Amino acid sequence: MLKNISRRQFVSGSAVTALALGLVGCGGNGGDSNGGSEGGNIKVGIMGPHSGDNAQYGLACLNGAQLYFDQLNEDGGINGKQIETFVYDEKGDATEAVNAYNSLVQNDGVTGIVGDVTTIPSIAVAQASVADNMPCVTPSATAADVVTYGTNTFRACVTDPVQGVVMADFAAKQGYKNVATLYKTGDDYNEGVNKAFCEEAESLGITITTQESYSDGDVDFNTQITNILATNPDAILLPNYYNEDGMIVTQARQQGYEKVFLGVDGWSGIYGGSENYADAADLHDCYYCCAFSASNESEVTKQFIEDYEAAYDETPTNFCALGYDAAMVLAAGLTAAEEAGLEPGSDDYKQAVIDGIFASTVDGVTGSISYEDNGDPVKSSLIITFAEDGSEVTFDTIEA
Amino acid sequence: MEEELMNKKRPIISTGGRGPAAGEKKRLPMAARYAINAVLVLVVLVIGELMIDGGTITRYQSTVLEQVGVYIILAVSLNIATGYLGQLPLGHAGFMSVGAYGCAIFVMRMGDLLGVGMRDFTTGTPLSILIVIAGLVFGGLCAAIAGVIIGIPALRLKGDYLAIITLAFAEIIRVVMLNIDSALGFTLTRGAKGLTGIPGYSSFLLVFGCVALVCFLIHTMMKSRHGRAILAIRDNEIAAEASGVNTTYYKTLAFVVSAFFAGVAGGLYAGCIGVLQPAYFGFMKSIEILVMVVLGGMGSMLGSALSATVLTILPEALRAFSEYRMIVYAVVLILVMIFRPQGLLGSYDFSLSRIIERVMNRDFPWKKKAESAAKEAAGEEVSADAER
Repeated sequence: MLKNISRRQFVSGSAVTALALGLVGCGGNGGDSNGGSEGGNIKVGIMGPHSGDNAQYGLACLNGAQLYFDQLNEDGGINGKQIETFVYDEKGDATEAVNAYNSLVQNDGVTGIVGDVTTIPSIAVAQASVADNMPCVTPSATAADVVTYGTNTFRACVTDPVQGVVMADFAAKQGYKNVATLYKTGDDYNEGVNKAFCEEAESLGITITTQESYSDGDVDFNTQITNILATNPDAILLPNYYNEDGMIVTQARQQGYEKVFLGVDGWSGIYGGSENYADAADLHDCYYCCAFSASNESEVTKQFIEDYEAAYDETPTNFCALGYDAAMVLAAGLTAAEEAGLEPGSDDYKQAVIDGIFASTVDGVTGSISYEDNGDPVKSSLIITFAEDGSEVTFDTIEA
Repeated sequence: MEEELMNKKRPIISTGGRGPAAGEKKRLPMAARYAINAVLVLVVLVIGELMIDGGTITRYQSTVLEQVGVYIILAVSLNIATGYLGQLPLGHAGFMSVGAYGCAIFVMRMGDLLGVGMRDFTTGTPLSILIVIAGLVFGGLCAAIAGVIIGIPALRLKGDYLAIITLAFAEIIRVVMLNIDSALGFTLTRGAKGLTGIPGYSSFLLVFGCVALVCFLIHTMMKSRHGRAILAIRDNEIAAEASGVNTTYYKTLAFVVSAFFAGVAGGLYAGCIGVLQPAYFGFMKSIEILVMVVLGGMGSMLGSALSATVLTILPEALRAFSEYRMIVYAVVLILVMIFRPQGLLGSYDFSLSRIIERVMNRDFPWKKKAESAAKEAAGEEVSADAER
């Protein structure tokens, strides 16, 4: 007596089938090759968001890193071995980033990674890479968390709080006594810089006259500016992105404020980019700190800009320079490991790369980079100001 | 006879019904059916675990498999609300996020409290396993509570109205996750920064143990009185109510159970990736899960599981053609919807015992035609039931 469908058991059956299918489906995804550099090549992964919302950052870092490895290969590579790059797009998604990382390590057998680019995927990759002790150099992830999971993750950029400290030191050096701040709430970047700036400034004897804030999407800052001007500050810190900073500067100048504005790397692109966010005449006495500026007169920077323009036919941005430097940092570590003559892909090799990065000081496009006790770089910052025609001028270089 | 069968509308889950006279067919006893399936699940889990230990399945593949498992749970749980209850909720990612945050925060806090480190979760000490299981249940309960809150007002509506209200609720959940810290002044979800440092407690065994358990629980529920009530509501709500089915209760029940399992899946996802951010659980994530259910066939648990598997592996397998992979994905969807609008499997569901019984009775599809032809020739009545 066969009933229609037997009761209660087909589900476990479906689970089994699904499992079996899953195994079969995954089985063909390429073999395991932990071998590292067979064929005399050094395998290096580059990952980042190359499509989606954050693609502009990911592609800029990719171009920069690729440019460095190409140049290195032309110069004969490391220890006579060419660098082979494997590029993965993770679309700015943490899940894809973890998959991309695992695939780079397991399927491609890379010995080091330049990436990831944005914060959350970088943290996911940092957490996943600890178990492998895989050397990773992120060009641009600024959150403090990124380098805290193990000793294997480094970054080429400085963190948000460090920038706040740099600007506070700069303010003290310039002799500003009273400084006001105007920052956006609800964003890690703005709040982090503001907090670090205020703490450092107060310890240096600068009075913070007022801390005004605004919310995402605001376009009228006159109320806050009026409050700030009532406290009569020598300088105003704007730790925000260029579009909002541009509006604030314009509105403050309209209210008759003629003194100093301070900013951080979010200001990059406020003038002379695809669009001008403030009038050149209003940008007098504005200073911001940044890792990279096309106005920098140093030889390394000039050479980089020339090479980059030749390769990609566009002017490099901050992220391109950071990608280039991240690749340089990783290459320094790889050189050390290669010179020690270790077996690529082995635990000793990875550790040697990490030790090599700690041991070396890299003279990068964004300043000299060295690491002391964790993956946060010790590096110099540029103070940028604006000429009368709005073009950027390197005002000062602050050594770490 | 075959045609007549095809034309009959088959129930999504057959509720048994009166079989032919006893003695005609051999049947498996209930205990044996459970035993066979339980053993098979165990065998697959053990083989999978051995392959991972032995390195036949690389960590890359096992991580993808874990994600497959998470999506299978999400798809079969959404299938309760779409396939069995017949509603169209668009807020499944909302429940997933509640469960993910609930479980991750629970596990992290309990880990700190009981002194269980990140490493212990990866290696799986007994205490850590206990915490994770409690965390998954906690995450599921959080999602279920959200399901009650959303379900009671939302299920008064039908069709596109329900779709929009669930969509709106899921967005509310996401925005709450994003802003609850700064609004209330404590550290819980860490807002846009994302919740980081979640121990990697998800493993192949845990995820697929949960998959098997979830499928089993949903199956038994749908076979019970409650399941029949849910199916009755889908087929005709007015008739069901007239027959004494408490429609509000059963609709909410189905919705809440669906939310609970989505929460469990969220908890597993958190342990698999290690970071959570509210932006991940947007509107598109809900759509993605719904696509899996619709593609597999609404009301087919195997279909949901199958399409969840394929749609999770496809983007990874096509990584080499990354420029084209989203096109392939979309083309697959379009083709299936044009040529098989009822989904890949329609309402078919797989039963191993049914196949075993057929083999026991030597009732093979290729024999059937010849047999029935012979019987017809002999002038015997062949009942439709016997055919099946």
